[in-house]
Amino acid sequence: MSMELRGKKVIALGERDGVPGPAVAECASRAGAEVVLTLTACYV
Amino acid sequence: MPVIRAVSLVLAHVPSLVRLGSKPLRALREVEQPIDYLRPYLRDWGAACAYAPNQVFIGNVGVDDLAARPTPWHRHPVADAGRFGPDGEIMPEDEFLGLLAACDGFDLLALTGEVADRARSTLDAHPVVGRESGRPAVPAGVATAVLDQRIARHRAVPLVGGDGRLLGAMLPGHEDDDTLTGQVLLENLACKATAALALRHLLARPGAIAATDVRYVINCGEEAVGDRYQRGGGNVAKAVAEWTGCARATGSDVKAFCSGPMHALMLAGALVRAALYDDVVVVAGGSLAKLGMKFQGHVKHAMPIVEDVLAGFAVHVARDDGVSPVLRLDAIGRHEVGSGSAPLAVMKALYSEPLARVGLTLLDVDRFSLELHNPEATEPAGSGNVPLNNYRTLASLAVVQKLIAREGIDDFVRTRGMPGFSPTQGHIASAIPYLGHARRGLTEGRLTRTMFAGKGSLFLGRMTQLPDGLSLVLERNG
Repeated sequence: MSMELRGKKVIALGERDGVPGPAVAECASRAGAEVVLTLTACYV
Repeated sequence: MPVIRAVSLVLAHVPSLVRLGSKPLRALREVEQPIDYLRPYLRDWGAACAYAPNQVFIGNVGVDDLAARPTPWHRHPVADAGRFGPDGEIMPEDEFLGLLAACDGFDLLALTGEVADRARSTLDAHPVVGRESGRPAVPAGVATAVLDQRIARHRAVPLVGGDGRLLGAMLPGHEDDDTLTGQVLLENLACKATAALALRHLLARPGAIAATDVRYVINCGEEAVGDRYQRGGGNVAKAVAEWTGCARATGSDVKAFCSGPMHALMLAGALVRAALYDDVVVVAGGSLAKLGMKFQGHVKHAMPIVEDVLAGFAVHVARDDGVSPVLRLDAIGRHEVGSGSAPLAVMKALYSEPLARVGLTLLDVDRFSLELHNPEATEPAGSGNVPLNNYRTLASLAVVQKLIAREGIDDFVRTRGMPGFSPTQGHIASAIPYLGHARRGLTEGRLTRTMFAGKGSLFLGRMTQLPDGLSLVLERNG
């Protein structure tokens, strides 16, 4: 599945034991999105 | 190099305190009698003791034996489960309440007369924290009417048993300090008591260091002990040292969320290596706030709330004795500020880079101890199997480094990993619970090298988006 992120606002929600928020944000940002919030959750 | 001379791991079964975990407190705020809601899902001590992951925690059952056992573990109790194991014990609640009261130097926790009397008689006969250990006595109980008054007028937190009866109440430490409420102090006291229990177990071992020979204690529990002017000021280490009779010790707290224990062990090793101290003890108590953290998932699946235990541990780090496993200070894995937060970057920083530094690869490590959260606690709540996910990511790193073929991932996970068996007690679940097994395997068993890695969720404190992580290598001596 592809997603066009250019010009979109993105909330990057990550998980500590998966992909953390900053890594999601970096990908979204490089794909042209404006990252408005970055958070990482810890489920344990 | 410093060595890991002794390890203890303890659990305290506290079903009545599940109600006071952070999640149950918030989720059941609108429920008139939370304990009535929780009761069908609370286990008695016998069930908690026979629960296979808890038996692994205290060293009675091996990690490979656990992997071979039928699941769900809560439906397949261990037939010959014991309260005591080579690493510690699973203490029943009625005794632990007495231990809590005996750890309270400010008379803020009061038990009913019946509860106090029962706790005193059983706790006084305890092999490790009995009256002969020199600990403070379990204070006399208080009339229920007095407790009711403390709850109604002085904002004491009621302790309610599974049967709905009042067990006791915890007063605030100050009438106008949010860091000294009854709830906060009960959490801190639970942390102190479980850490102290673990240290008493360690000190009671045959051939153990004398309490008065312990010169420095590092606490890495996560509770923020302090007051309104220095929230989290510390020093639980010194409180635990005092309670356990380490009269010539001082100490301090080391905090890094769930990677705190790894930092603390590294620092203990460095203090010994530097010859500042010959013997350093690292301790941590449990997290009351995390009791019942996933209880909604357990209720939804009509299973027992398995997050009904507090955990604690103690580790004696000492000068090389020629026998005990060596803590390789030249192979510390560090997640640095610039390491990046992508999963593979974290894995490289914690595993492959430190091993490569000393000429080793992932295949030179017999067992990796990572996040060891019991999947039976997390999966019903949709949080997945944390250890398995992490082991698979680690195995993927081995594939990337061409150490194993892609088809070898499952075998890598099975032989170099282990099932999660730790209660979801944060910093303690972070690699530490395997330490007792590793020490035995590296001395009496067939292990040559083990690696421990803890990860900390620093971002939860809203001061940085960074995670944290630190890893340690333990090797057979000689």
